[in-house]
Amino acid sequence: MAEQTAKERTRSKPAVGLQPTGEVDWSNYRGVMVVVEQRDGVAKKVSWQLLGESRRLADKLDAPLLALVIGHDVEQLAKEAIAYGADRVYVSDSPELKDYRTRPYSRVCLHVIREFKPEIVLMGATYTGRDLAGAIATHLPTGLTADSTQLDVNEERLLMASRPAFSEKLLATILCKQFKPQMATVRAGVFEALPWDDSRTGEIVRVAPQMSADEIVTEVLEFVAEKSRVNLEDAEVIVAGGRGVGGPAGFQLLDELAKVLGGEVGASRVAVELGWIEHEHQVGQTGFTVRPKLYIAAGISGAVQHTVGMQNSDYIIAINKDPEAPIFKFANYGIVGDLFQVVPALTKAFKERVGKRQETPAGDRTPLHVM
Amino acid sequence: MLHIVVCVKQVPDSREIRIDPKTNTLIRQGVPAIVNYFDLNGLEEALSLKDRFGARVTVVSMGPPSADKALKQCVSMGADEGVLVSDRAFAGADTLATSYVIALTVQKVEEVWGPVDMVFCGKQTLDGDTGQVGPGVACRLDLEQLTYVEKIEQLDEKRREIVVHRHLEDGIERVKAKLPVLMTAVAELNKPRRASLPGVLRAAEYKPIVWTTNDFANLDRAQIGLKGSPTIVGKTWVPEQKKIDTQMIGLDKGIESAATDLIGQLFSTELPAKLGWA
Repeated sequence: MAEQTAKERTRSKPAVGLQPTGEVDWSNYRGVMVVVEQRDGVAKKVSWQLLGESRRLADKLDAPLLALVIGHDVEQLAKEAIAYGADRVYVSDSPELKDYRTRPYSRVCLHVIREFKPEIVLMGATYTGRDLAGAIATHLPTGLTADSTQLDVNEERLLMASRPAFSEKLLATILCKQFKPQMATVRAGVFEALPWDDSRTGEIVRVAPQMSADEIVTEVLEFVAEKSRVNLEDAEVIVAGGRGVGGPAGFQLLDELAKVLGGEVGASRVAVELGWIEHEHQVGQTGFTVRPKLYIAAGISGAVQHTVGMQNSDYIIAINKDPEAPIFKFANYGIVGDLFQVVPALTKAFKERVGKRQETPAGDRTPLHVM
Repeated sequence: MLHIVVCVKQVPDSREIRIDPKTNTLIRQGVPAIVNYFDLNGLEEALSLKDRFGARVTVVSMGPPSADKALKQCVSMGADEGVLVSDRAFAGADTLATSYVIALTVQKVEEVWGPVDMVFCGKQTLDGDTGQVGPGVACRLDLEQLTYVEKIEQLDEKRREIVVHRHLEDGIERVKAKLPVLMTAVAELNKPRRASLPGVLRAAEYKPIVWTTNDFANLDRAQIGLKGSPTIVGKTWVPEQKKIDTQMIGLDKGIESAATDLIGQLFSTELPAKLGWA
């Protein structure tokens, strides 16, 4: 019985259907706003990349470029946002906003959006970005496009957010004509940040937190940064292996090359399914979509399942015994040969050329997760 | 007893989807329909909580009549009940309109079977890839939202507290929240079980409950289906395969020479500058 009462007490009567709060005239919505994501006062790269692209959109719309920074001790980030292109930065800085939590963060976003009326709101398509954007767009309500890889605006001031669909086989442009702001999350690594310019000036507007500490029931107990977390999506260099790698030992060879290049190790689905390496290394349809600056594919035949996840890399090197392997069609450089000979030779040659500058300190690098 | 709702979607197996080169449209014909992977991780977690604490597990899905197969599969794995929300008027929904209908459905599940303690969704679907419906449902039902859950560390039924590990890009976050919560499941959460023999036998006879628009008293028709979807698809196109002039490096002068040659060529491109090697 006590349980039942507890359940009833926690159940408010939510209004499932949400309507915009009275406003139907969107003409006074103006500006492009980027929600900056940070942890411990350090911004995620995607936030600055997004400011870079949004600068272009804002200029095209002849509208201000806005940034929203939420956190604790994040004053510095407001200045950084200006140096990266923002005209005005809203800052909500408070101890209870130290860790990201959906409710207090979305309340600040909703307040800023309703008060200052940006016509476009963008954030990174990171886990946190998707968590936050999904909540905000529902509350407002408005349309939200996920994981965009191309952005533009048209003469009707509509955001055209394009995104891959069906595992990158198709691209679709999504529009939201009905509501403002138009929202999208944007994939990391697609756009480039503007060069840092601390001579730029901008306005900083302080925003109060919208929930008091005792109203927030969710508690972040701790964050365990995982050095071991493979970060394929942010990696600038990926050395990936497939069936041809033959087993966990083969991946050690790739790891040595990745280490010299300061990169991460990737894998095809087959290599993961054979249990040679963990899923978090997997590139392709059921793994990660990556676009590093350099992708080295060793012993990977190049099935669609894999290539959809890596074909947008800037430079691709393929190493395969089979001269007919489809992977060569995607590669800028190809070597037909035995990866067990070619990869160590590359490791040695790269080490001579770039190794000293590039190699990351041992403690700083992601250890390989072979099984 | 815990009451857990699991939201599932029947999706085309994206591995099998091809593009018609003439029309640039998807060839859906003959593509097998499966239960979205991550939704099965949600179901598995609900079922393992049922094994440990005792729970009622209700699976809900919005989709065409043929999606009853997905619900039968969930029943064969151990779910108690499956509800299919199906009506032509729901078709064409984007994530906003979908979260509206799913939220209404969860509310109706509560009316029929009692208050819900947890809702599971997959982190995203294979066909939509947005991950937006989970947060949308949480928002509409005013549930605590715990996305990308890879582990339930602790569940205290008396204090109605749950501690979960959230799987983020750069690490793991341990979060404590109060029930009721909505969680979205990642693949790392568990390995979905196979159907048991009794489960298969039950599922063979089982008819999922079907709710249409007429079953929701307060349904606002302006918020469902295509009409209730603020996002519209402008155009779709097949990304052009970059025409790449592949430079083949021969091994005739030996492997070391080939390696040096390749790196020499790389250094004549923009790559070293991009990577800060220059």
